[in-house]
Amino acid sequence: MLRYLARKLFIYLLTFIVAVTIDWAIPRFMPGNPVDALVSRIAMMPDANAALTSYFMAAFNLDQPLWQQYFNFWKALFNGDLGRSIMLFPTPVTTLIGRALPYTLGLLLPSILLSWYVGNMVGALAARRKILDNTVLPLGYLLTATPYMWLGILLAWLLGSVLGWFPLAFGYDQALKAEWTWRFFGSLVFHWVLPFASLFLVALGGWAIGMRNMIIYELESDYANYLQALGAPARLVRKYAFRNAMLPQITGLALQLGAVVGGALATEIVFSYPGLGWLVLSGIQNQDYFVIQGVFLFIIVGVLLANLIVDIVYVVVDPRTRVGLQGDAA
Amino acid sequence: MTSTDSAAPAAAGKTHGNEFLYFASRNTKLVIGTVVFVLFLLAAIFGPMLAAYQPMTFDAPPGLPPSAEHWFGTTLFGQDVFSQFVHGLRSSFIVGALGGITAAAIGMFVGFFAGYRGGLVDEVLNMLTNVVLVIPTFAVLLVVAAYLSVRGLGTEALFIGLTSWPWAARAIRAQTFSLTSRDFVDMARLNGEGTFRIIFGQIAPNMSSYLVMTFILLFGGAILTAAMLDFIGLGPTDGISLGLMMNYSVMNAALQLGMWWWFVPPGLAITGIVGSLYVMNVGLDEVFNPKLRAL
Amino acid sequence: MLAVSDLRIHYRTLSGSVKALDGVSFSVADGEIMGLAGESGCGKSTLGKALIRLEERMQYVGGEVSLDGAALPIADDRAMVPHRFRKISIVPQYAMSALNPTRRIGRMIDELLDSRGIRGATLRPELERRLAILGLAPDVLGMYPIELSGGMKQRVVMVLSTLLDPSLLIADEVTSALDVASQKKVAGALVEFRDRGFVKSMIVVTHDLAILAQIADSILIMYAGKLAEKAPTRTIIEAPAHPYTRLLLGSLPEVGIRFEERRLPGIKGRPPSLLAPPQGCRFRDRCPLAFDKCAVEPPFVEIAPGHQVACWKADAHAEG
Repeated sequence: MLRYLARKLFIYLLTFIVAVTIDWAIPRFMPGNPVDALVSRIAMMPDANAALTSYFMAAFNLDQPLWQQYFNFWKALFNGDLGRSIMLFPTPVTTLIGRALPYTLGLLLPSILLSWYVGNMVGALAARRKILDNTVLPLGYLLTATPYMWLGILLAWLLGSVLGWFPLAFGYDQALKAEWTWRFFGSLVFHWVLPFASLFLVALGGWAIGMRNMIIYELESDYANYLQALGAPARLVRKYAFRNAMLPQITGLALQLGAVVGGALATEIVFSYPGLGWLVLSGIQNQDYFVIQGVFLFIIVGVLLANLIVDIVYVVVDPRTRVGLQGDAA
Repeated sequence: MTSTDSAAPAAAGKTHGNEFLYFASRNTKLVIGTVVFVLFLLAAIFGPMLAAYQPMTFDAPPGLPPSAEHWFGTTLFGQDVFSQFVHGLRSSFIVGALGGITAAAIGMFVGFFAGYRGGLVDEVLNMLTNVVLVIPTFAVLLVVAAYLSVRGLGTEALFIGLTSWPWAARAIRAQTFSLTSRDFVDMARLNGEGTFRIIFGQIAPNMSSYLVMTFILLFGGAILTAAMLDFIGLGPTDGISLGLMMNYSVMNAALQLGMWWWFVPPGLAITGIVGSLYVMNVGLDEVFNPKLRAL
Repeated sequence: MLAVSDLRIHYRTLSGSVKALDGVSFSVADGEIMGLAGESGCGKSTLGKALIRLEERMQYVGGEVSLDGAALPIADDRAMVPHRFRKISIVPQYAMSALNPTRRIGRMIDELLDSRGIRGATLRPELERRLAILGLAPDVLGMYPIELSGGMKQRVVMVLSTLLDPSLLIADEVTSALDVASQKKVAGALVEFRDRGFVKSMIVVTHDLAILAQIADSILIMYAGKLAEKAPTRTIIEAPAHPYTRLLLGSLPEVGIRFEERRLPGIKGRPPSLLAPPQGCRFRDRCPLAFDKCAVEPPFVEIAPGHQVACWKADAHAEG
């Protein structure tokens, strides 16, 4: 068990180092040397004040040798310094991320967990009933094939624009002040519904299909056959099949995280939702590279942490990892 | 190998092919998926020739709903949506194909060598696969694309391919691993054939159905990823795509203005293409896997 | 005792019905261990499985089965449930993977017993006693299947399958996945279970005639969905009457090696397709003794007490 976790931890650590290195290297080694181009552009911008220009030069340490630049990059990282935003100079990138993060997490966590839970239930039911299966399966494939933002666009158009049930954009009513009142809270929830629903629905399809297929596979497995030969009722066989089919779904949760995060970014853009996705979009539009890089690192760390949590959960639910005979399998 | 040797498998392959066609034509999922996919493909190939307008020129009245003149209406800026749509379809297929091929090539290379060679090669490649698997590749694409000031379809496809191969490599590795212990591989090894010849002469042909299905999924995945990148504004800088169409429509208040003809077709096309690929895949699985088609 | 008469089971496939069991009649007496042998695809495994639970693709076509005088409703999955485990049980071919990998073995057994309306705790002492007979400590009940070796898992399955003292046990290829030493142990355990009265009678389905020679009281040889010969083990080994049996024995290598792994050197050709089996004796095309009469199907008749054969020439060479 410890070996299993240690191995995972090592991979995550390695991944983190690789990611940070990519983050450091891309601006410096991209064809056309984007940093040089940027520096010269900022220097030429009439409204760019001297402070911005000198900050930019200092941030990249371009006058220092590469290894020194790399070292500084890590040092800044450990001090929690992700640089300063260019568009909102001199706000630190961490502040911007901190402001956006609650919105993204508020979308991501419920939609990931709920879609996983509901999807598994629907899939398990579909594996049981032919009629349900014939509707769930095509619908599931349709949903997984839908781009996140398009479902968002459709929901916004139908439920927001045409029917007028939900607001089309923003995280809360812009006429309200951000304070902890019931009214503000209500507005938050109201604005949250559609982006949440689009993330939830797209992910739901994938989980339902996965669970259905896994259960059918488990029901054909040897232990299920043996139990049936010994006259065990379908109830017991299904219970075992369901439990065992959950295990790959837990691993799948970790593997899907990256894609869901991407989906969340795109969905936020549809609804002008003030989370990380929106921040990234403004970063791209204003060529605010520190913001983009900061969000990148944040997503990496978030996904790695989530992976670790999933691994720990997995060790708890799958006895095979605990007896230590399957350390290599994952 | 003598000529008589090679004649026999060819004949066997022929009957095998007929059998495949027999079961394939009777599989509704495969047939429906293929028909939908081919319809979109034809639209992507011939649509741009049919389109009466250029996709990016502003030569029509703005904001027109669909009509005989403009089949899919016009954008807020007076561009013909149908023309954008068919050109966008074309980009989607190109990105899907190039991205899928790149990812499949890397996935096969890593999977075959890790599975066949085992040992240290396997360890190293496995570690690499795991790292790329855990990295949220979408975030990497974000940073890379943001720093590329000029982006074409090719670069987009290349980067999507470079980040989407790990699950394929893993699956191919597992398959290779189980094939490596089979008799015909042992025979080839005893005959002194090289690694490359064994992999591409013995192992790959024996899992060709599996490789086809892997490629189909990579193809669909590349289209979805590209649409997402384009939508965020990191797509090709030199043309139109389905994701960009959605981006333009959302950024220019098509939702508020109720211009559904601007944003419905591109999303519908992506869903249709990717959905048909997934359904094809399920159908192929049933056709290739005798266990699933026995009833 | 078990009595099977004219049992017909088909496999449904896209290309048509495979007549895996095409009119099979035999009986197994109380206390008898009957070996069931034949080449792969002859229907022996189908027979073993059909007696306890028809798989989805298996189709009951006709015939009667009775166990201890009562009819066994093998065509009715629901009606069979009360008989399974209590009256008739199986040690499956896949015994190594027959236990739920994510449940401790003891808990799984309790849950299974509970689902059949039996309190696991009341049987726990007996369960532990029987495990001990096969050399397993009670600790295994607190373990997950992955913590046990293949042979240990197989023994656990043997104990579990026979825990309710069934009248008939089907042992399906129980030795094929084991090394020679374990094979002997498992074979010995089967006999011991019968001797101790844990099971009344047993059908041992196997490729391995050598194992049957050691443990079976009688041997039933099948060929292409039909019975070829049944006789006491001694008779089968020393005076086989059916030419197929003779060829099987002639090609029988030393103990432990199964004939299926090799081409049977004495028997040319392959068994006929069971999609559309030929008229007459099904062994005719491969039989060195075939003659005109073989175009008519030979009946499965008794040529000596306890010795039944389906061959027109059986009498002649049983003597010679």
